[in-house]
Amino acid sequence: MARIVGIDLGTTNSLIAYMKDGQPCVVPDRHGRTMVPSVVALTDNGLIVGDPAKEHLTRNPERTVYSVKRFMGKGLADVESELAYFPYNLTETGGVIRIRLGAKHYSPPQISAMILKELKLRGEAYLGESITKAVITVPAYFNDSQRQATKDAGLIAGLEVLRIINEPTAASLAYGLQEKTQGTIAVYDFGGGTFDISILKLKDGIFEVLATNGDTHLGGDDLDRLLVDLFIAEIRDRYGIDVGRYPDHMQTVRLEAERAKIRLSDDLKTEITIELPEDKGLFTRELTRDQLESLVVGVIERTLAPCRIALKDAGLTPHDIDEVVLVGGSIRMPLVRQRVEALFGKAPHCHLNPDEVVALGAAVQADILSGGTTDMLLLDVTPLSLGIETMGGVMSSLIRRNTTIPASAKEMFTTYVDGQTGVDIHILQGERELVKDNRSLARFRLKVPPLPAGVPRIEVTFLIDANGILNVTAKDMRTGESQSIEVRPSYGLSDTEVERMIEDSFKFAAEDINARKLIEARLDAEALSKTTKKSLADAGHLISTEEVEGIRHALAQLSAANTGGDSRVIRARMAELEQAAKRLNVVMLDDSLKKSLQGKKVTELP
Amino acid sequence: MANDQPSTRPETRHQLQMARSMCWHCQSAMSGEYFCERCVKVQPVSKDTDYFTCLGFPRRLTLDPKKLEAKFYELSRAFHPDFYQAKSPTEQTISLGNAAVLNTAYRTLRDPIQRAEYLLALEAGSVKDIRTSPPADLFEEILELQDTLEQYRASDRESDEGHRLRATLQTEQQTLERRREEMESQIRQLFTDWDQLQDRGEATSQARAERDRILKRMRDLLSHRTYINNIVNDLAATIA
Ligand SMILES: Nc1ncnc2c1ncn2[C@@H]1O[C@H](COP(=O)(O)OP(=O)(O)OP(=O)(O)O)[C@@H](O)[C@H]1O
Ligand SMILES: [Mg+2]
Repeated sequence: MARIVGIDLGTTNSLIAYMKDGQPCVVPDRHGRTMVPSVVALTDNGLIVGDPAKEHLTRNPERTVYSVKRFMGKGLADVESELAYFPYNLTETGGVIRIRLGAKHYSPPQISAMILKELKLRGEAYLGESITKAVITVPAYFNDSQRQATKDAGLIAGLEVLRIINEPTAASLAYGLQEKTQGTIAVYDFGGGTFDISILKLKDGIFEVLATNGDTHLGGDDLDRLLVDLFIAEIRDRYGIDVGRYPDHMQTVRLEAERAKIRLSDDLKTEITIELPEDKGLFTRELTRDQLESLVVGVIERTLAPCRIALKDAGLTPHDIDEVVLVGGSIRMPLVRQRVEALFGKAPHCHLNPDEVVALGAAVQADILSGGTTDMLLLDVTPLSLGIETMGGVMSSLIRRNTTIPASAKEMFTTYVDGQTGVDIHILQGERELVKDNRSLARFRLKVPPLPAGVPRIEVTFLIDANGILNVTAKDMRTGESQSIEVRPSYGLSDTEVERMIEDSFKFAAEDINARKLIEARLDAEALSKTTKKSLADAGHLISTEEVEGIRHALAQLSAANTGGDSRVIRARMAELEQAAKRLNVVMLDDSLKKSLQGKKVTELP
Repeated sequence: MANDQPSTRPETRHQLQMARSMCWHCQSAMSGEYFCERCVKVQPVSKDTDYFTCLGFPRRLTLDPKKLEAKFYELSRAFHPDFYQAKSPTEQTISLGNAAVLNTAYRTLRDPIQRAEYLLALEAGSVKDIRTSPPADLFEEILELQDTLEQYRASDRESDEGHRLRATLQTEQQTLERRREEMESQIRQLFTDWDQLQDRGEATSQARAERDRILKRMRDLLSHRTYINNIVNDLAATIA
């Protein structure tokens, strides 16, 4: 069986992992970085993804998409309240959000597919083989539309998505593999855009999820926003400038807010510096950890209610939890750890890398599917109750939340009027009584033979598969015949649209790859030129003039190549420059080593 | 619920049913439980298989939760779609269907109340409908309680009146919880009665009468318990 990889498609960062000799490993890039920022930018040279795209956030905010995961499986009305925070243009077609990049509109699955393709390429380059099958993670609290959208993204990226697996449960697999413990654990996953809590029982290799809860719109992004709002208000008061009118500066503020938040996980205070629009200079201010904490404590406390509900649903008290496992970048905040510790009454487990553990777990699940790992089995649950609309706009539940998946329910339908030929069915997800308070998933029309009222008997089976995705089938009980059902998703792409997007993505794949290679080569070339020039300035006097001349020449050659359109030429010139500057680098290293030793007493030498 | 050893007496009806069926793949007569002994292909759990049979337990009401869980895990390893990724589409479909049935079976039998309701549905025929109805002796009390609840909902919770009503509701909740416990222990007694009757396996008219008595009493107790339980939950939610 071809290799199956594990992918963590995150709001902020995405990773790809695989199984090697029974251990999951994350694939690094050339620089050893394992995380790909989930950012896509449209540049003059085409679409770019990841670290290089991140640089366009401030340069090119209208054409740089971040946090697209927040829009998966959503309509425009769902995100109304936060539209002001996003610099790119959002519209809606057919119940699906569209993001404008240049002249084109992209659905969130298409943008996510670009991130997936980037990961796929990274994996292929590293493993030296083509990658066509993947397990992709989603927040446990994702509803059916959001899961389906993730699956669509995989398809568009040219991946067969063999399984959609929940992020906290993926983390538990990696945890279980490493720690080999038994008992009841709680996985608290607080990332960039979403929050999940899952409670599991680990016994003899079975990972049984007892309950799950969460909020798919609660993460580090929301903490950053509170800081952004604070800074913007202060800038308005102090300088009379409305930063909101300058998308590029908004991004500067957002990025500085996030960096400050991250620094305050280690430091007690930090300095904020933000360049102001209209050449008004710099906005500076000190921010203490206390100030940050009192600002965001409300958001952090919003994670506790889902924890309590999950415990209750599992029929447990905090005391019954043997271990609390922390996942996601936001758990690095000391306040988060304190609150979690207070809730569960025990210090959480922090030995896993909170950035990588979800991807590692996805790789473990991939290995289970390919038959490599045979002793572990994950029994997950559906996070939300599934039901149908009945008389009076009330939802009638068919499958309760926290039911182990695969799960199925059968319902018999008949007619109220003689000769009626169809029954309309509206599928919903949620915990509320009324249809209007729950999430509409899809509608379909059941075909019924024209007979006297009450005579037809059509049995509809609602089956939630191991991905947490709904499948509907119907059978006429009088004839025993099955009928195919065309389900119209309320917030999702139609099958034909997905197919068209897959075709598009193949059509542009070749162009995309070349554009991408060129952009990467240019960026690398610029970085190399910069460091070489700096070395020349610092240490040019330590080498011969011929050598300096050689380096200068190679630099000029590279800069000429860099304006051309061929990545291979750029790479070749880079190699020449590296060759020319080889001795310079050696000499510099020696020199700096000498200098660092000079400053020290002999006793300090190792 | 108390544990005891489930009887290991074979279910003859179940065996006959399995013996009649054929493997969907190689058409040989099936003797294995869920896998064909000749071609080792997984077989769909028959639509007529009840949840007790599905999990390999006799139709008794007292079940050892540990044994039930162990069997659930064992069958999960046999059926779960994770292990059918490289198999044929037919086998994948069977695995998905079987896993879904298994999950429902386990969820139903794991909970003593659901288990009893399910047994009633299997055994009781005409008396199986469980209506949620108040126990006759509590009728007056419950009417009064509904009144108090209404008043409390309409009152200012922080006023003296609100506090007084709340205190009344709290006492009432405790009374009802005690009552629910009583009922549950009566239900447990019926579990024992039922299991003993089954174990004796008599076909006398006396045994039939005893069987009907147990089922009818069970239905009434379950109806009342569900009713009380709903009120307790409602109360708890209102005064929380
Ligand atoms: N040291 C830190 N202190 C506080 N927050 C941090 C720290 N490091 C990272 N973060 C925050 O963690 C978030 C990213 O975490 P992570 O990479 O786990 O998210 P993600 O997996 O992309 O998102 P999600 O799982 O919600 O889809 C960002 O909001 C980032 O600001
Ligand atoms: Mg994450």
